[in-house]
Amino acid sequence: MQKREQWGTRAGFILAAIGSAIGLGNIWRFPYVAYENGGGAFFIPYLFAMLTAGIPFLILEFSVGSKFKTSVPNIFKTLSGRWEWLGWWQLLVSFIISIYYVAIVGWSISYFVLAFTQGWGADPANFFFKTYLQLSDTPFAFNGIRWPILGAILCVWFICWVVLFSGVKKGIESASKVFMPLLFIMVLIITAQAVTLEGATEGLNWMFKPDFAALLNFKVWVAAYGQLFFSLSLGFAIMLTYASYLPKDSDMANNAFITAFCNCGFSILCGVMVFSVLGNMAFNQGVGVDQVVSSGVGLAFVTIPTAINSLPSPVFFGTLFFAALLFAGLSSMVSLCEVSVSVLIDRFSISRKRAASIYCGIGILCGIVFASRSGLLVLDIVDRFINNFGVLAGGLVEIIFLAWICGLDGFKDKINLTSDFKVGTLWSFCLRIITPAILGYMSISNLIGDIKTPYGGYPSLALFVFGWCLVGGIIIFSIIINFTVQGGEK
Amino acid sequence: MMTSAIVMMALGLGVTWIGAGVCIVIAIKKKQL
Repeated sequence: MQKREQWGTRAGFILAAIGSAIGLGNIWRFPYVAYENGGGAFFIPYLFAMLTAGIPFLILEFSVGSKFKTSVPNIFKTLSGRWEWLGWWQLLVSFIISIYYVAIVGWSISYFVLAFTQGWGADPANFFFKTYLQLSDTPFAFNGIRWPILGAILCVWFICWVVLFSGVKKGIESASKVFMPLLFIMVLIITAQAVTLEGATEGLNWMFKPDFAALLNFKVWVAAYGQLFFSLSLGFAIMLTYASYLPKDSDMANNAFITAFCNCGFSILCGVMVFSVLGNMAFNQGVGVDQVVSSGVGLAFVTIPTAINSLPSPVFFGTLFFAALLFAGLSSMVSLCEVSVSVLIDRFSISRKRAASIYCGIGILCGIVFASRSGLLVLDIVDRFINNFGVLAGGLVEIIFLAWICGLDGFKDKINLTSDFKVGTLWSFCLRIITPAILGYMSISNLIGDIKTPYGGYPSLALFVFGWCLVGGIIIFSIIINFTVQGGEK
Repeated sequence: MMTSAIVMMALGLGVTWIGAGVCIVIAIKKKQL
């Protein structure tokens, strides 16, 4: 039996956890969600959600992972033999996310290189969709592989393989110690420059001007909880896995506070950066900021390049922005992969080097569809269904299982034994009532919404195959694995 | 820039980064960071 690895330092663990939490969503999703949901007033529900759901859930996941010190299916199996399938479910969700997330990180590599010459030209939208992706009309029109995209994806897999292959301490921890400080410095430099641009203050007004009436809208509160839940990597096994490498007597509560505060602070900083640039873009075009605002892939690969074209130092902004996107994506990508690698090591007694190689090999083969000409369309559907049903429902079932079926008292004692901040009745209330209620509401409303209105105007068959079948397949497959895989346990 | 926007930006950045700073200082004082 192999000796289980551990983090070398507490700072290493915290940086890796922050690296997992900070991803592409902090840069391209949070600013838009805040803008759409009350502007500056959104911070009130957002910070409230952080304190009542994000941090309590994070403390619980750190505590559970640290207590059992094994991979996720084994954790749930140890807690109750009938619940092992939940671990496999979360593992499959993280695997699926990793095979499409890698494509977006790959695009970031390409755009980092293009940024040196503004290779996207005068019309970034046309370049991204027609020239770079050569996007098909429908999800099933794969029309062959886009070799430059496949090359970029292979680069990302290679970097992940090197990090995973090197181990927890020498690989993930060392990479996090480089990626995270660099990411913070780059975003700080861009932000400091961006706020001095003409029109930047108008952009910041659009983002931060508070609309307190929005606080009376329940959907704004749900948006705050949703943004926070997705951002903190909760409910799909990452934090459980990372915490399983913690040494004994680790301070779970303070680690969770630092991780959550840094993640949320970084999101708001990205909001300043993005809306300053959007304000400048609107100023140059002579339109309102609402005319240029966007989110997601469109923001990163169309709007920002358009804005960069008219900036005083486009190479500086462009390379730094896409390098930041790359580092944010890479650190999250590594954490997604580590979930499965730890299972291969613990459950199948495979060496880390072989486990990393097997995982990356399978990931390349399974993710090749995202390098096709319909890759973005498939990615959009898979991302929607995996997040709305795989992650949310997985998190809901996990919190119900841990808080209601297992009970929190055992975890509470362990946390209070070693932590600076003690947890008590309020922590239990947040985990037993607030978090399940919000996750339950979101899961049901998403389900009803997607049944009533097919997502994104895609053909029903595409939504059925890449959405419903995928989610159903994950559930069925996790139950089958539960009954068929009999591996070693640590 | 509007005062209310400045206040909300300061509130968001302040609460999160000061919160993170306080927690980090606590960990450093215990010689764990």
